Amino acid sequence: VRVAVTGIGQTKYAAKRQDVSLPGLLREAAGRALEDAGLGWSDIDAVVIGKAPDMFEGIMMPELYLADALGATGKPMLRVHTAGSVGGSTAIMATHLVASGQHRRVLTVAFEKQSESNATWALSIKIPFTPGLVAGAGGYFAPIVRSYMRRASAPDHIGIKVAVKDRLNALKNPYAHLRLPDITEEQVRESPMLWDPIRYLETCPSSDGACALVLTDEDTARATDRPVAWVHGLAVRSEPTIGAGRDLVNPWAGRECAKDVYAQAGISDPRTELDCAEVYVPFSWFEPMWLENLGFAEEGTGWKLVDDGSTALEGELPINPSGGVLSSNPIGASGMCRFAEAALQVRGLAGDHQVPDARLALGHAYGGGSQFFAMWVVGAERP
Amino acid sequence: VSARDVAVIAFAEFETAVEPQRNEVEMLIPVIQKALADAGLTHRDIDFTVSGSSDYLQGQPFAFVGALDAVGAWPPIRESHLEMDGAFALYEASLVLQHGAAQTALVYSFGRPSRGEVDRVLALQLDPYLVAPLWPDARGLAGLQAQAMRDSGRYPDVPEVPATTVMDGAAAVVLAVGDRARGLHPRPAWIRGVDHRIEPAALGWRDLTDSPSTRAAAARAGALDPPPDKAWLHTPYPHQEHILRDALGLDRVAIDAAAGPLMAAGLSRIGRAATAIHRGEVNRAVAHATSGACLQQNLVAVLEGVPA
Repeated sequence: VRVAVTGIGQTKYAAKRQDVSLPGLLREAAGRALEDAGLGWSDIDAVVIGKAPDMFEGIMMPELYLADALGATGKPMLRVHTAGSVGGSTAIMATHLVASGQHRRVLTVAFEKQSESNATWALSIKIPFTPGLVAGAGGYFAPIVRSYMRRASAPDHIGIKVAVKDRLNALKNPYAHLRLPDITEEQVRESPMLWDPIRYLETCPSSDGACALVLTDEDTARATDRPVAWVHGLAVRSEPTIGAGRDLVNPWAGRECAKDVYAQAGISDPRTELDCAEVYVPFSWFEPMWLENLGFAEEGTGWKLVDDGSTALEGELPINPSGGVLSSNPIGASGMCRFAEAALQVRGLAGDHQVPDARLALGHAYGGGSQFFAMWVVGAERP
Repeated sequence: VSARDVAVIAFAEFETAVEPQRNEVEMLIPVIQKALADAGLTHRDIDFTVSGSSDYLQGQPFAFVGALDAVGAWPPIRESHLEMDGAFALYEASLVLQHGAAQTALVYSFGRPSRGEVDRVLALQLDPYLVAPLWPDARGLAGLQAQAMRDSGRYPDVPEVPATTVMDGAAAVVLAVGDRARGLHPRPAWIRGVDHRIEPAALGWRDLTDSPSTRAAAARAGALDPPPDKAWLHTPYPHQEHILRDALGLDRVAIDAAAGPLMAAGLSRIGRAATAIHRGEVNRAVAHATSGACLQQNLVAVLEGVPA
């Protein structure tokens, strides 16, 4: 069964969304997705939610609490958790529900409301008899970035350039959290060094927010008068946290996942065949690293696509026209935002950050210690 | 039996009152190894892996990440995780197998609630603004349900609600499709239907003496079409067997009801039903899993040896 994205809804992302409760936050995104799809709550057959660890909000298995708010009473409801990649894996599970013929119209929502709890606390639990790693995500990924810079002989300003590009893109996205209209490369360079070589303005913010999609079968998709995005391929890959032979700069799981999703979508040269990509970049240097991992550039050359402006909104291969994770990071939703923004582009509904004539786009998410990957390719034409 | 029919071909589990020595991964490794060995497969033969677990039971975020060590995700694997009982992970695996993206799947789940006070931990599943701050314990909520049953007059002899069962354990199931399943097991336990439904969390909005979500799931899974030889029910508290038996319409069917280790209990119910089919003890079985306070969410699976 072919699957289409017929509805997309996002909340305004912000450090603290204290104007809404947790169910209110999810309903803001879900309601917009239903409206976009031209459907009501009762038209939905099943609900799939995803988020990062329960301890981020302090609610155990929140699908139980959220069932009623999401109109799931009497329906199937599932909850996915695959670390940072969860927004992507949640959209993929929802797609399975339709692709298998089990359901015709599925609502999927991913979210994080970090302001109601303390993510750093949730990530800093000391396990007895094991060494504590209290470095945070930045501390974990900084040596990987340093390793990339050395291996690729990449100049220092590449990360700075990505940081500026994504924040300028964010100004064109009404939902984006960070709004830094006056940002300059100089400003990023002068911002505090948090985890050498990652500077303050080269990291993502901490956001509250939710993202929702309505996925439907072909009959439902054909009945709408709005443009839809067709799923051309989807893939997940995982590898262990620790292991001899792992390459954290260019993870095997990421390369395999990309190869799989391109094969399904009939893509042989992603750089020329894809019109744009929404890639999970929580620290600016991950843009050139993922460009290589995703096959957009040969190993060691991804930074050159940043340097020559290819990944800018008006470039040959726009990366993160929405402003990306660097501009909005509701952790559990961040992956689904990438999937949703890719679909918005091929539907031609991305507004000011629309890539002209986008027909085929990649949505990408990763999580854990660069070990969990989820991707989809969506297109304007039915595959 | 069509090419995309899905069957349980192996099941292994471990459960104990308290696992004092081994952590979750150490508890899980031998269970996965046994399930794979019984299936005649190695981890490299598995096309899709999916698990169920809870960070709150393990007392740390990303409980499922460490568990990947038990699987051996190298070379990289196709894998997913639900923060739910493994029975729901089996549901996802069966869909992935059905629509042709994989031939074999490994499903596992684990829980070690003995490390915490499970009655208090489960309070964190409730409305975080209005209910959870009062810390209603799980046994107390089950007590409300038992009292509602007595008050209804339909259940005259409802026993006192015992202490919440605390068990540690892990379960693993290997699934395969069509001819692949037939090649791996002389008597695969075919999944004829799986469905699950949820109800509101607010206890005041529900008739606690009934389980409409179980009834709806059973109807969609085809539980009584025809009736099973035996049903394996997941009952965190004994009085819930009566509610489930009525909702499932299992009047004269043999019942095996148990609480089991949280997060692995539902998958274990499915695994035990499949094992009984493998051994030829029954031909058609219903397995049930539940989640949330007072049977809030329910899954019903129907398994069969040869077509009835």
